[in-house]
Amino acid sequence: MPRFVSLFALLLAMPALADVSPDRARALEHMVLQDCGSCHGLTLKGGLGRPLTREALAQADPEGLALIILDGIPSTAMPPWRPLLTEDEALWIANYLKSKD
Amino acid sequence: MRPLILSLFLLAAPAFGQTATGDLGLVVERATGSVLVIDRSDRASIGRITGLGDVSHASLTYSPDERFAFVFGRDGGLTKVDLLTQTIAARTVQAGNSIGGAISDDGRLVAVSNYEPGGVKVFDADTLALVADIPMAGKTIGLVDVPGRRFAWAVWDTGEVFLGDFSAAEPVVTMIGNAGKNPFDAVLTDDAHTFLVGLFGEKGVTAFDLWNPETPPQKFLTDYGKTGEDMPVYKMPHLQSWAFTEGQYALPAVGRHEILWVDRESQTQTATTEVHGQPVFIIAQPASPYVWVNFATPLNDVVQVVDSRSHEVVATLTPGKAILHMEFAPRGAEVWISSRDDNKVLIYDTKTREKVGEVAAEAPSGIFFTARAHQTGL
Repeated sequence: MPRFVSLFALLLAMPALADVSPDRARALEHMVLQDCGSCHGLTLKGGLGRPLTREALAQADPEGLALIILDGIPSTAMPPWRPLLTEDEALWIANYLKSKD
Repeated sequence: MRPLILSLFLLAAPAFGQTATGDLGLVVERATGSVLVIDRSDRASIGRITGLGDVSHASLTYSPDERFAFVFGRDGGLTKVDLLTQTIAARTVQAGNSIGGAISDDGRLVAVSNYEPGGVKVFDADTLALVADIPMAGKTIGLVDVPGRRFAWAVWDTGEVFLGDFSAAEPVVTMIGNAGKNPFDAVLTDDAHTFLVGLFGEKGVTAFDLWNPETPPQKFLTDYGKTGEDMPVYKMPHLQSWAFTEGQYALPAVGRHEILWVDRESQTQTATTEVHGQPVFIIAQPASPYVWVNFATPLNDVVQVVDSRSHEVVATLTPGKAILHMEFAPRGAEVWISSRDDNKVLIYDTKTREKVGEVAAEAPSGIFFTARAHQTGL
Protein backbone atom coordinates (compact mmCIF):
# COMPACT_ATOMS: atom_id res chain seq x y z
CA MET A 1 0.00 0.00 0.00
CA PRO A 2 2.70 2.60 0.78
CA ARG A 3 4.26 1.85 -2.57
CA PHE A 4 0.94 2.54 -4.27
CA VAL A 5 0.58 5.83 -2.43
CA SER A 6 4.04 7.00 -3.38
CA LEU A 7 3.48 6.07 -7.01
CA PHE A 8 0.21 7.92 -6.90
CA ALA A 9 1.89 10.96 -5.39
CA LEU A 10 4.52 10.81 -8.09
CA LEU A 11 1.93 10.71 -10.83
CA LEU A 12 -0.07 13.50 -9.26
CA ALA A 13 3.10 15.54 -9.16
CA MET A 14 3.42 15.38 -12.94
CA PRO A 15 0.83 17.94 -14.06
CA ALA A 16 3.03 19.01 -16.93
CA LEU A 17 2.87 15.51 -18.38
CA ALA A 18 -0.82 14.90 -18.10
CA ASP A 19 -3.58 17.11 -16.73
CA VAL A 20 -5.78 14.63 -14.87
CA SER A 21 -7.68 15.16 -11.61
CA PRO A 22 -7.00 12.81 -8.66
CA ASP A 23 -10.51 11.32 -8.92
CA ARG A 24 -10.12 10.70 -12.60
CA ALA A 25 -6.65 9.23 -11.99
CA ARG A 26 -8.18 6.69 -9.60
CA ALA A 27 -10.79 5.78 -12.21
CA LEU A 28 -8.09 5.44 -14.85
CA GLU A 29 -6.02 3.14 -12.67
CA HIS A 30 -9.09 0.98 -12.09
CA MET A 31 -9.69 0.93 -15.84
CA VAL A 32 -6.10 -0.13 -16.58
CA LEU A 33 -6.19 -3.03 -14.14
CA GLN A 34 -9.72 -4.24 -14.88
CA ASP A 35 -10.48 -3.37 -18.50
CA CYS A 36 -7.01 -3.35 -20.07
CA GLY A 37 -6.42 -6.32 -17.79
CA SER A 38 -9.06 -8.38 -19.57
CA CYS A 39 -6.62 -8.79 -22.48
CA HIS A 40 -3.26 -7.86 -20.93
CA GLY A 41 -3.81 -9.65 -17.60
CA LEU A 42 -4.77 -8.23 -14.22
CA THR A 43 -1.07 -8.15 -13.35
CA LEU A 44 -0.37 -6.80 -16.86
CA LYS A 45 1.91 -9.74 -17.62
CA GLY A 46 0.09 -10.36 -20.87
CA GLY A 47 -2.71 -12.49 -22.26
CA LEU A 48 -4.21 -12.13 -25.69
CA GLY A 49 -2.45 -8.75 -25.59
CA ARG A 50 1.24 -8.17 -24.91
CA PRO A 51 2.74 -7.74 -21.44
CA LEU A 52 2.48 -4.14 -20.18
CA THR A 53 4.83 -4.41 -17.24
CA ARG A 54 7.37 -1.67 -16.59
CA GLU A 55 10.13 -3.97 -17.85
CA ALA A 56 8.22 -4.80 -21.04
CA LEU A 57 7.71 -1.09 -21.74
CA ALA A 58 11.22 0.04 -20.79
CA GLN A 59 12.08 1.03 -24.36
CA ALA A 60 8.72 2.64 -25.18
CA ASP A 61 8.27 6.41 -24.99
CA PRO A 62 5.14 7.69 -23.25
CA GLU A 63 3.88 9.76 -26.20
CA GLY A 64 4.10 6.73 -28.49
CA LEU A 65 2.27 4.57 -25.98
CA ALA A 66 -0.41 7.21 -25.59
CA LEU A 67 -0.96 7.19 -29.36
CA ILE A 68 -1.33 3.39 -29.38
CA ILE A 69 -3.88 3.68 -26.54
CA LEU A 70 -5.81 6.38 -28.41
CA ASP A 71 -5.74 4.89 -31.89
CA GLY A 72 -5.25 1.17 -31.31
CA ILE A 73 -3.24 -1.09 -33.59
CA PRO A 74 -5.06 -1.83 -36.85
CA SER A 75 -5.69 -5.50 -37.71
CA THR A 76 -4.98 -6.57 -34.16
CA ALA A 77 -7.31 -6.90 -31.16
CA MET A 78 -6.06 -3.58 -29.69
CA PRO A 79 -8.99 -1.17 -30.07
CA PRO A 80 -8.80 2.64 -30.24
CA TRP A 81 -9.70 4.12 -26.85
CA ARG A 82 -10.04 7.68 -28.18
CA PRO A 83 -13.85 7.58 -27.83
CA LEU A 84 -13.40 7.00 -24.08
CA LEU A 85 -10.20 8.90 -23.20
CA THR A 86 -8.72 12.35 -23.67
CA GLU A 87 -5.13 12.73 -24.88
CA ASP A 88 -4.08 13.80 -21.38
CA GLU A 89 -5.69 10.70 -19.92
CA ALA A 90 -3.94 8.42 -22.41
CA LEU A 91 -0.63 10.05 -21.54
CA TRP A 92 -1.40 9.59 -17.83
CA ILE A 93 -1.96 5.86 -18.47
CA ALA A 94 1.29 5.63 -20.47
CA ASN A 95 3.24 7.22 -17.61
CA TYR A 96 1.43 5.06 -15.08
CA LEU A 97 2.38 1.88 -16.96
CA LYS A 98 5.99 2.96 -17.28
CA SER A 99 6.34 3.76 -13.59
CA LYS A 100 4.14 1.02 -12.04
CA ASP A 101 5.85 -1.64 -9.93
CA MET B 1 -40.45 -27.75 19.53
CA ARG B 2 -39.95 -27.73 15.85
CA PRO B 3 -37.45 -24.81 15.88
CA LEU B 4 -35.41 -26.62 18.46
CA ILE B 5 -35.25 -29.82 16.43
CA LEU B 6 -34.42 -27.86 13.31
CA SER B 7 -31.62 -25.97 14.99
CA LEU B 8 -30.21 -29.15 16.45
CA PHE B 9 -30.21 -30.64 12.98
CA LEU B 10 -28.46 -27.63 11.55
CA LEU B 11 -25.81 -27.80 14.23
CA ALA B 12 -25.35 -31.49 13.70
CA ALA B 13 -25.16 -31.50 9.92
CA PRO B 14 -21.74 -29.88 9.43
CA ALA B 15 -20.25 -31.97 12.23
CA PHE B 16 -21.09 -35.10 10.28
CA GLY B 17 -19.82 -33.55 7.07
CA GLN B 18 -23.13 -34.21 5.42
CA THR B 19 -22.94 -31.53 2.79
CA ALA B 20 -24.18 -32.27 -0.70
CA THR B 21 -22.60 -30.34 -3.56
CA GLY B 22 -25.43 -30.44 -6.13
CA ASP B 23 -26.59 -26.91 -5.39
CA LEU B 24 -23.18 -25.42 -4.72
CA GLY B 25 -21.05 -23.27 -6.96
CA LEU B 26 -17.93 -21.14 -7.11
CA VAL B 27 -17.50 -17.47 -7.89
CA VAL B 28 -14.12 -16.30 -9.15
CA GLU B 29 -12.88 -13.28 -7.22
CA ARG B 30 -10.47 -11.82 -9.71
CA ALA B 31 -8.66 -9.26 -7.62
CA THR B 32 -7.90 -11.45 -4.62
CA GLY B 33 -6.92 -14.77 -6.19
CA SER B 34 -9.75 -16.59 -4.48
CA VAL B 35 -13.00 -18.41 -5.16
CA LEU B 36 -16.13 -17.93 -3.12
CA VAL B 37 -18.12 -21.09 -2.34
CA ILE B 38 -21.83 -20.41 -2.78
CA ASP B 39 -24.96 -22.31 -1.85
CA ARG B 40 -27.61 -21.74 -4.48
CA SER B 41 -30.55 -22.90 -2.35
CA ASP B 42 -29.56 -20.68 0.58
CA ARG B 43 -28.59 -17.81 -1.73
CA ALA B 44 -25.49 -17.37 0.41
CA SER B 45 -21.74 -17.77 0.43
CA ILE B 46 -20.51 -20.56 2.67
CA GLY B 47 -16.76 -20.13 2.41
CA ARG B 48 -13.76 -18.86 0.50
CA ILE B 49 -10.73 -20.70 -0.88
CA THR B 50 -7.64 -18.53 -1.32
CA GLY B 51 -4.18 -18.89 -2.81
CA LEU B 52 -5.12 -19.49 -6.45
CA GLY B 53 -2.77 -16.91 -7.99
CA ASP B 54 -3.89 -14.55 -10.77
CA VAL B 55 -7.48 -15.55 -11.49
CA SER B 56 -8.38 -12.66 -13.76
CA HIS B 57 -10.24 -14.33 -16.62
CA ALA B 58 -10.22 -17.61 -14.70
CA SER B 59 -12.65 -20.34 -15.60
CA LEU B 60 -13.20 -23.72 -14.03
CA THR B 61 -14.72 -27.11 -14.56
CA TYR B 62 -16.03 -29.80 -12.20
CA SER B 63 -15.25 -33.45 -11.51
CA PRO B 64 -18.11 -35.87 -12.30
CA ASP B 65 -18.91 -36.28 -8.58
CA GLU B 66 -19.25 -32.49 -8.22
CA ARG B 67 -16.80 -32.51 -5.34
CA PHE B 68 -13.74 -31.01 -7.00
CA ALA B 69 -13.27 -28.00 -9.25
CA PHE B 70 -10.31 -27.42 -11.54
CA VAL B 71 -9.55 -23.70 -11.71
CA PHE B 72 -7.62 -22.41 -14.72
CA GLY B 73 -5.74 -19.25 -13.72
CA ARG B 74 -4.39 -16.56 -15.99
CA ASP B 75 -0.88 -17.07 -14.63
CA GLY B 76 -0.71 -20.69 -15.78
CA GLY B 77 -1.83 -22.05 -12.42
CA LEU B 78 -4.05 -25.13 -12.42
CA THR B 79 -5.65 -25.60 -9.01
CA LYS B 80 -7.84 -28.47 -7.87
CA VAL B 81 -10.13 -27.30 -5.07
CA ASP B 82 -12.28 -29.43 -2.79
CA LEU B 83 -15.78 -28.05 -2.25
CA LEU B 84 -16.41 -30.24 0.80
CA THR B 85 -13.33 -29.28 2.80
CA GLN B 86 -13.01 -25.87 1.09
CA THR B 87 -9.28 -26.40 0.62
CA ILE B 88 -6.80 -26.74 -2.23
CA ALA B 89 -6.37 -30.44 -3.04
CA ALA B 90 -3.58 -29.99 -5.59
CA ARG B 91 -1.97 -27.17 -7.54
CA THR B 92 0.58 -26.84 -10.33
CA VAL B 93 1.86 -23.83 -12.22
CA GLN B 94 2.01 -25.46 -15.62
CA ALA B 95 2.65 -22.56 -18.00
CA GLY B 96 3.42 -18.86 -17.98
CA ASN B 97 0.04 -17.71 -19.19
CA SER B 98 -3.15 -19.67 -19.81
CA ILE B 99 -6.74 -19.06 -20.78
CA GLY B 100 -8.97 -21.99 -19.90
CA GLY B 101 -9.48 -25.69 -19.93
CA ALA B 102 -11.83 -28.64 -19.87
CA ILE B 103 -12.29 -32.06 -18.28
CA SER B 104 -12.65 -35.25 -20.35
CA ASP B 105 -16.05 -36.92 -20.57
CA ASP B 106 -14.91 -39.70 -18.23
CA GLY B 107 -13.51 -37.23 -15.70
CA ARG B 108 -10.00 -38.72 -15.90
CA LEU B 109 -8.11 -35.97 -17.74
CA VAL B 110 -7.95 -32.21 -17.44
CA ALA B 111 -6.67 -30.23 -20.44
CA VAL B 112 -5.40 -26.66 -20.23
CA SER B 113 -5.25 -24.16 -23.07
CA ASN B 114 -2.09 -22.05 -22.89
CA TYR B 115 -1.03 -18.71 -24.35
CA GLU B 116 2.61 -18.66 -23.26
CA PRO B 117 4.16 -20.97 -24.27
CA GLY B 118 1.31 -21.75 -26.67
CA GLY B 119 -0.11 -25.25 -26.60
CA VAL B 120 -2.24 -27.71 -24.68
CA LYS B 121 -1.19 -29.66 -21.61
CA VAL B 122 -3.15 -32.61 -20.30
CA PHE B 123 -3.13 -33.71 -16.67
CA ASP B 124 -4.32 -36.64 -14.61
CA ALA B 125 -7.46 -35.38 -12.83
CA ASP B 126 -6.60 -37.21 -9.59
CA THR B 127 -3.00 -36.12 -9.13
CA LEU B 128 -2.49 -33.26 -11.63
CA ALA B 129 0.50 -35.21 -12.98
CA LEU B 130 1.36 -34.25 -16.56
CA VAL B 131 0.01 -36.81 -19.06
CA ALA B 132 0.66 -35.06 -22.39
CA ASP B 133 2.29 -31.85 -23.61
CA ILE B 134 1.25 -30.68 -27.07
CA PRO B 135 3.12 -27.57 -28.20
CA MET B 136 1.36 -25.37 -30.75
CA ALA B 137 2.51 -22.59 -33.06
CA GLY B 138 0.65 -19.93 -31.08
CA LYS B 139 -1.92 -19.10 -28.43
CA THR B 140 -4.53 -21.84 -28.05
CA ILE B 141 -8.16 -20.80 -27.62
CA GLY B 142 -11.63 -22.34 -27.42
CA LEU B 143 -10.59 -25.66 -25.87
CA VAL B 144 -13.57 -28.00 -25.33
CA ASP B 145 -14.08 -31.60 -24.26
CA VAL B 146 -15.39 -33.93 -26.93
CA PRO B 147 -16.94 -37.34 -26.12
CA GLY B 148 -14.53 -40.30 -26.29
CA ARG B 149 -11.83 -38.74 -24.08
CA ARG B 150 -11.04 -36.14 -26.73
CA PHE B 151 -10.51 -32.37 -26.79
CA ALA B 152 -10.77 -29.83 -29.62
CA TRP B 153 -9.12 -26.40 -29.80
CA ALA B 154 -7.99 -23.64 -32.19
CA VAL B 155 -4.86 -21.51 -32.53
CA TRP B 156 -5.28 -17.70 -32.52
CA ASP B 157 -2.11 -17.01 -34.52
CA THR B 158 -2.52 -19.59 -37.32
CA GLY B 159 -6.26 -20.35 -37.45
CA GLU B 160 -5.59 -24.08 -37.28
CA VAL B 161 -8.11 -26.34 -35.52
CA PHE B 162 -7.10 -29.58 -33.82
CA LEU B 163 -8.83 -32.65 -32.45
CA GLY B 164 -6.85 -34.58 -29.83
CA ASP B 165 -7.77 -38.16 -28.93
CA PHE B 166 -6.46 -39.25 -25.52
CA SER B 167 -8.34 -42.55 -25.25
CA ALA B 168 -5.23 -44.68 -25.88
CA ALA B 169 -1.83 -44.70 -24.18
CA GLU B 170 -0.38 -42.40 -26.84
CA PRO B 171 -2.38 -39.30 -27.79
CA VAL B 172 -3.38 -38.83 -31.41
CA VAL B 173 -3.61 -35.17 -32.42
CA THR B 174 -5.10 -34.34 -35.82
CA MET B 175 -5.29 -30.97 -37.56
CA ILE B 176 -8.84 -30.94 -38.94
CA GLY B 177 -8.70 -27.70 -40.92
CA ASN B 178 -8.14 -23.98 -40.82
CA ALA B 179 -10.89 -21.78 -39.38
CA GLY B 180 -9.60 -18.46 -40.75
CA LYS B 181 -7.86 -15.37 -39.42
CA ASN B 182 -7.49 -15.00 -35.63
CA PRO B 183 -10.09 -17.30 -34.08
CA PHE B 184 -10.97 -15.71 -30.71
CA ASP B 185 -13.10 -18.44 -29.14
CA ALA B 186 -14.97 -21.60 -30.00
CA VAL B 187 -17.90 -23.63 -28.73
CA LEU B 188 -19.27 -27.14 -29.14
CA THR B 189 -22.97 -27.63 -29.84
CA ASP B 190 -24.89 -29.52 -27.15
CA ASP B 191 -25.02 -32.65 -29.34
CA ALA B 192 -21.21 -32.54 -29.77
CA HIS B 193 -21.78 -32.46 -33.51
CA THR B 194 -20.47 -29.04 -34.50
CA PHE B 195 -17.41 -27.15 -33.27
CA LEU B 196 -18.06 -23.49 -34.03
CA VAL B 197 -15.04 -21.22 -34.21
CA GLY B 198 -15.58 -17.44 -34.09
CA LEU B 199 -13.17 -15.22 -36.04
CA PHE B 200 -11.81 -11.84 -35.03
CA GLY B 201 -9.34 -11.17 -37.88
CA GLU B 202 -12.04 -11.53 -40.52
CA LYS B 203 -15.83 -11.71 -40.58
CA GLY B 204 -17.33 -15.08 -39.95
CA VAL B 205 -17.74 -18.27 -38.00
CA THR B 206 -16.33 -21.61 -39.15
CA ALA B 207 -18.16 -24.86 -38.41
CA PHE B 208 -16.31 -28.16 -38.04
CA ASP B 209 -18.28 -31.43 -38.17
CA LEU B 210 -16.91 -33.52 -35.32
CA TRP B 211 -19.17 -36.45 -36.16
CA ASN B 212 -17.29 -36.60 -39.47
CA PRO B 213 -14.01 -34.76 -38.95
CA GLU B 214 -12.98 -35.45 -42.58
CA THR B 215 -15.78 -33.16 -43.80
CA PRO B 216 -14.35 -29.82 -44.97
CA PRO B 217 -15.20 -26.95 -42.57
CA GLN B 218 -17.99 -24.56 -43.53
CA LYS B 219 -17.59 -20.81 -43.07
CA PHE B 220 -20.71 -18.70 -42.58
CA LEU B 221 -21.72 -15.16 -41.60
CA THR B 222 -18.86 -13.96 -43.79
CA ASP B 223 -20.60 -10.76 -44.81
CA TYR B 224 -22.38 -9.53 -41.70
CA GLY B 225 -22.10 -5.86 -40.93
CA LYS B 226 -20.93 -4.84 -44.38
CA THR B 227 -23.44 -2.01 -44.31
CA GLY B 228 -21.68 0.01 -41.64
CA GLU B 229 -18.42 0.87 -39.97
CA ASP B 230 -17.24 -1.51 -37.27
CA MET B 231 -16.93 -0.18 -33.73
CA PRO B 232 -14.02 -0.80 -31.38
CA VAL B 233 -14.23 -4.07 -29.44
CA TYR B 234 -13.36 -3.24 -25.83
CA LYS B 235 -13.78 -6.81 -24.67
CA MET B 236 -13.57 -10.03 -26.65
CA PRO B 237 -16.93 -11.79 -26.81
CA HIS B 238 -17.14 -15.27 -25.35
CA LEU B 239 -18.63 -18.20 -27.12
CA GLN B 240 -18.73 -20.69 -24.28
CA SER B 241 -22.34 -20.94 -23.15
CA TRP B 242 -23.27 -19.60 -26.54
CA ALA B 243 -27.00 -19.75 -26.91
CA PHE B 244 -28.59 -22.54 -28.89
CA THR B 245 -32.30 -22.02 -28.93
CA GLU B 246 -35.32 -22.48 -31.20
CA GLY B 247 -33.18 -24.24 -33.81
CA GLN B 248 -30.90 -21.22 -33.94
CA TYR B 249 -27.51 -20.01 -32.87
CA ALA B 250 -27.52 -16.60 -31.20
CA LEU B 251 -24.11 -15.10 -31.96
CA PRO B 252 -22.33 -11.96 -30.82
CA ALA B 253 -21.47 -9.69 -33.75
CA VAL B 254 -17.84 -8.62 -33.43
CA GLY B 255 -17.48 -4.85 -33.60
CA ARG B 256 -21.22 -4.27 -33.76
CA HIS B 257 -23.95 -3.81 -31.16
CA GLU B 258 -25.94 -6.73 -32.48
CA ILE B 259 -26.94 -10.32 -31.89
CA LEU B 260 -26.96 -12.38 -35.06
CA TRP B 261 -29.44 -15.24 -35.40
CA VAL B 262 -28.40 -18.15 -37.56
CA ASP B 263 -30.51 -21.14 -38.58
CA ARG B 264 -28.81 -24.18 -37.16
CA GLU B 265 -29.51 -26.43 -40.15
CA SER B 266 -28.77 -24.13 -43.07
CA GLN B 267 -26.18 -21.95 -41.28
CA THR B 268 -27.73 -18.85 -42.81
CA GLN B 269 -28.49 -15.65 -40.95
CA THR B 270 -32.20 -15.27 -40.26
CA ALA B 271 -32.37 -12.12 -38.12
CA THR B 272 -30.44 -9.38 -36.35
CA THR B 273 -31.25 -7.86 -32.96
CA GLU B 274 -29.96 -4.38 -32.15
CA VAL B 275 -28.75 -4.43 -28.56
CA HIS B 276 -27.28 -2.06 -25.98
CA GLY B 277 -23.57 -2.66 -26.72
CA GLN B 278 -20.94 -5.13 -27.88
CA PRO B 279 -22.30 -8.47 -26.63
CA VAL B 280 -19.89 -10.46 -24.44
CA PHE B 281 -21.96 -13.41 -23.22
CA ILE B 282 -25.21 -14.51 -24.86
CA ILE B 283 -26.63 -17.27 -22.69
CA ALA B 284 -29.85 -19.21 -23.10
CA GLN B 285 -32.13 -19.27 -20.07
CA PRO B 286 -32.69 -23.02 -19.68
CA ALA B 287 -36.11 -24.39 -20.63
CA SER B 288 -37.30 -21.08 -22.05
CA PRO B 289 -37.33 -19.07 -25.29
CA TYR B 290 -35.11 -16.34 -23.81
CA VAL B 291 -31.45 -15.44 -24.04
CA TRP B 292 -29.68 -13.04 -21.69
CA VAL B 293 -26.89 -10.77 -22.87
CA ASN B 294 -24.21 -8.67 -21.17
CA PHE B 295 -21.92 -6.12 -22.78
CA ALA B 296 -18.36 -4.84 -23.11
CA THR B 297 -17.06 -1.81 -21.25
CA PRO B 298 -18.07 1.05 -21.11
CA LEU B 299 -21.66 -0.15 -21.61
CA ASN B 300 -21.33 -2.98 -19.11
CA ASP B 301 -23.89 -1.92 -16.50
CA VAL B 302 -26.79 -3.37 -18.49
CA VAL B 303 -28.22 -6.84 -19.09
CA GLN B 304 -30.81 -7.42 -21.80
CA VAL B 305 -33.23 -10.28 -22.32
CA VAL B 306 -34.13 -11.23 -25.90
CA ASP B 307 -36.96 -13.48 -27.07
CA SER B 308 -35.59 -16.01 -29.56
CA ARG B 309 -38.96 -16.27 -31.34
CA SER B 310 -39.48 -12.58 -32.13
CA HIS B 311 -35.78 -11.64 -31.83
CA GLU B 312 -36.90 -8.61 -29.83
CA VAL B 313 -35.45 -7.21 -26.64
CA VAL B 314 -38.11 -7.89 -24.00
CA ALA B 315 -36.31 -6.53 -20.93
CA THR B 316 -33.44 -4.17 -20.14
CA LEU B 317 -32.05 -4.46 -16.62
CA THR B 318 -29.46 -2.35 -14.82
CA PRO B 319 -28.30 -4.74 -12.10
CA GLY B 320 -25.04 -2.99 -11.17
CA LYS B 321 -21.63 -1.76 -12.26
CA ALA B 322 -19.38 -3.83 -14.53
CA ILE B 323 -21.55 -6.89 -15.14
CA LEU B 324 -19.08 -9.63 -16.11
CA HIS B 325 -20.93 -12.92 -16.10
CA MET B 326 -24.29 -14.67 -15.70
CA GLU B 327 -24.99 -18.24 -14.57
CA PHE B 328 -28.43 -19.84 -14.58
CA ALA B 329 -29.75 -22.33 -12.09
CA PRO B 330 -29.72 -25.59 -14.07
CA ARG B 331 -33.48 -25.53 -14.63
CA GLY B 332 -33.61 -21.81 -15.23
CA ALA B 333 -35.53 -20.42 -12.23
CA GLU B 334 -32.79 -17.98 -11.22
CA VAL B 335 -29.86 -16.24 -12.79
CA TRP B 336 -26.82 -15.17 -10.78
CA ILE B 337 -25.09 -12.07 -12.13
CA SER B 338 -21.64 -10.82 -11.13
CA SER B 339 -21.24 -7.08 -10.65
CA ARG B 340 -17.49 -6.58 -10.38
CA ASP B 341 -17.42 -2.94 -9.35
CA ASP B 342 -20.23 -3.31 -6.80
CA ASN B 343 -18.47 -6.32 -5.23
CA LYS B 344 -21.70 -8.31 -5.37
CA VAL B 345 -23.35 -11.24 -7.02
CA LEU B 346 -26.97 -10.41 -7.76
CA ILE B 347 -29.67 -13.05 -7.91
CA TYR B 348 -32.62 -12.50 -10.24
CA ASP B 349 -35.83 -14.48 -10.55
CA THR B 350 -36.13 -15.23 -14.27
CA LYS B 351 -39.93 -15.17 -14.26
CA THR B 352 -40.43 -11.75 -12.67
CA ARG B 353 -36.94 -10.51 -13.66
CA GLU B 354 -36.78 -8.95 -10.19
CA LYS B 355 -33.83 -9.16 -7.86
CA VAL B 356 -34.43 -11.70 -5.10
CA GLY B 357 -31.09 -11.67 -3.33
CA GLU B 358 -27.44 -10.76 -3.36
CA VAL B 359 -24.17 -12.16 -2.08
CA ALA B 360 -21.08 -10.09 -1.24
CA ALA B 361 -17.99 -11.05 -3.28
CA GLU B 362 -14.63 -9.37 -4.01
CA ALA B 363 -14.58 -8.15 -7.63
CA PRO B 364 -16.55 -11.20 -8.85
CA SER B 365 -16.19 -12.43 -12.42
CA GLY B 366 -17.11 -15.98 -13.49
CA ILE B 367 -19.89 -17.86 -11.67
CA PHE B 368 -19.95 -21.64 -12.00
CA PHE B 369 -22.59 -23.99 -10.58
CA THR B 370 -21.66 -27.64 -10.07
CA ALA B 371 -24.32 -28.79 -12.56
CA ARG B 372 -21.75 -27.94 -15.22
CA ALA B 373 -20.11 -31.26 -14.31
CA HIS B 374 -22.65 -33.03 -16.49
CA GLN B 375 -22.60 -30.82 -19.57
CA THR B 376 -20.54 -31.67 -22.63
CA GLY B 377 -18.37 -28.94 -24.08
CA LEU B 378 -17.80 -26.93 -20.92
